[in-house]
Amino acid sequence: MLDLQNVSVSYEKGKPVIKDLSFHINKGESVGLIGANGAGKSTLMKALLGLLPATGRILVDGMAVEKANLPAIRRRLGYVLQDSDDQMFMPTVLDDMVFGPMNYGLSRAEAEEKAAAVLARLSLSDLAGRQNHRLSGGEKRMAAIATVLAMEPDVLLMDEPTSNLDPFNRRIVINTIGSLPQTRIITSHDLDMILDCCTRVILLSDGRIAADGPAGVILRDKALLEAHRMELPLSLSRL
Amino acid sequence: MSKTETALRELAQMDELAAGDSPVHRLHPLPKLVLTVLYIVLVVSFGKYDISGIIAMLLVPVLLYQLSGIPVRTCFFKLRYVLPLVLAVGIFNPFFDKAPLLAIGQVKISGGVVSMITLMAKGILSLMASFLLMATTRLDSLCSALRKLHVPSLLVTLLLLTFRYVGLLTEEVAVMSEAYHLRAPGQKGIHISAWGSFLGQLLLRTMDRAEDLYNSMRLRGFNGDFPYAAPPRFSVRDLLVLLLGAAVLLLLRFVPVASMLGSLLVR
Ligand SMILES: Nc1ncnc2c1ncn2[C@@H]1O[C@H](COP(=O)(O)OP(=O)(O)OP(=O)(O)O)[C@@H](O)[C@H]1O
Ligand SMILES: [Mg+2]
Repeated sequence: MLDLQNVSVSYEKGKPVIKDLSFHINKGESVGLIGANGAGKSTLMKALLGLLPATGRILVDGMAVEKANLPAIRRRLGYVLQDSDDQMFMPTVLDDMVFGPMNYGLSRAEAEEKAAAVLARLSLSDLAGRQNHRLSGGEKRMAAIATVLAMEPDVLLMDEPTSNLDPFNRRIVINTIGSLPQTRIITSHDLDMILDCCTRVILLSDGRIAADGPAGVILRDKALLEAHRMELPLSLSRL
Repeated sequence: MSKTETALRELAQMDELAAGDSPVHRLHPLPKLVLTVLYIVLVVSFGKYDISGIIAMLLVPVLLYQLSGIPVRTCFFKLRYVLPLVLAVGIFNPFFDKAPLLAIGQVKISGGVVSMITLMAKGILSLMASFLLMATTRLDSLCSALRKLHVPSLLVTLLLLTFRYVGLLTEEVAVMSEAYHLRAPGQKGIHISAWGSFLGQLLLRTMDRAEDLYNSMRLRGFNGDFPYAAPPRFSVRDLLVLLLGAAVLLLLRFVPVASMLGSLLVR
């Protein structure tokens, strides 16, 4: 589904933030992208979406990420931004949720039906009519996730989906992500969550892959994690 | 929060007013937009001494504010930082144009005073009309209406983003000055030595956020059209509203209603 070959991304010339990265992600896989602050996780996601220029080759569903393919590629990708303030731009949550589907040709009624189903699934039905700028940080996060799910993308890119969430909502998000059939790439510093909903983990360090393997193996490797400024997931460290 | 911040926030909360429900809210955005523009053009077109004509034009917004359930007070309250600018426009007229124009009893009123008043009135009426449009029409519906009038999508998108940008700007100002004051307790305003970096940061932060916002619109399929805000089909009823509204406005502009009423009463 996603294929990267020798991908580099830089904000400033000569100072790549992502350095010569190559990996492949299969359809339906759920991959945790972890790494210290500034490792390049968000940058990599933006490059996948074609929001940042990259060198090397990025293929999404067989299509190269380049200008002509962007609409088709973005149709397939759903992106939850690290900062939900910048994700929501319509007056109410419901307006925001129907925005995407209607841009892709659904009628208002169909789009609202989709939105309602997603909200129900996330136990958020009472959020629908709320004003976006009056939501709490965590409510915004949940709403942002809902807007992306309502678009039914083939691949979900989620940048820190559980930051700001209370334990109840965090659990809902983990369960929802876990039960989705789509290909998923999730970044998080919440390694317990990665352990719960990802089968594979890619560990980024300073723009390069430091490790890539089954979640159960990498997230148990205390020495590896600590070498990259992380700790064992709580659920594993108690054992 | 400081006074400026609250004022700025209020301005950004137009969306909430626009989400209301009233006969004016329910009007199709297209005739609303066209009639508002027509109204402003007509108001501005009055001669500089034509006070009575302009007063007649006041009828329209007063009536529509009533109908829409938006208190005129809200308009002036929200625009209280813009109003002085509008009022300042004619302030020097009395000094240049001193010839007496009319007399009320013993008091002679100079042409300058009259033209100052008409200029101010034109400004206020135009503001009232634009505010009413914004307060009763969602921004996206408005943009969609503009597209229907074949305004280029680049221009419309720019308009939409500018409004969103103003929202972001106010949010960032609020957040940053809060952060500033938490670390500079007891200080009034922002110290002049910090203005440079404050403004620089403000610009960088809002540009970044505006870009993110625009990106997240594009990522969800936005391409300069507004299918999600498309108003219902333009019906015969909407056409009637447009024609009738235009007729009333033209009547008010070109038939001296006020003086006719006046002479009726005197007679
Ligand atoms: N707009 C930008 N311009 C220049 N450099 C940037 C920009 N955004 C990020 N960087 C740099 O790129 C590097 C990677 O940033 P990125 O946001 O991808 O990190 P991250 O892994 O997502 O970190 P975090 O866990 O804190 O979210 C950082 O060193 C950062 O300083
Ligand atoms: Mg990040």
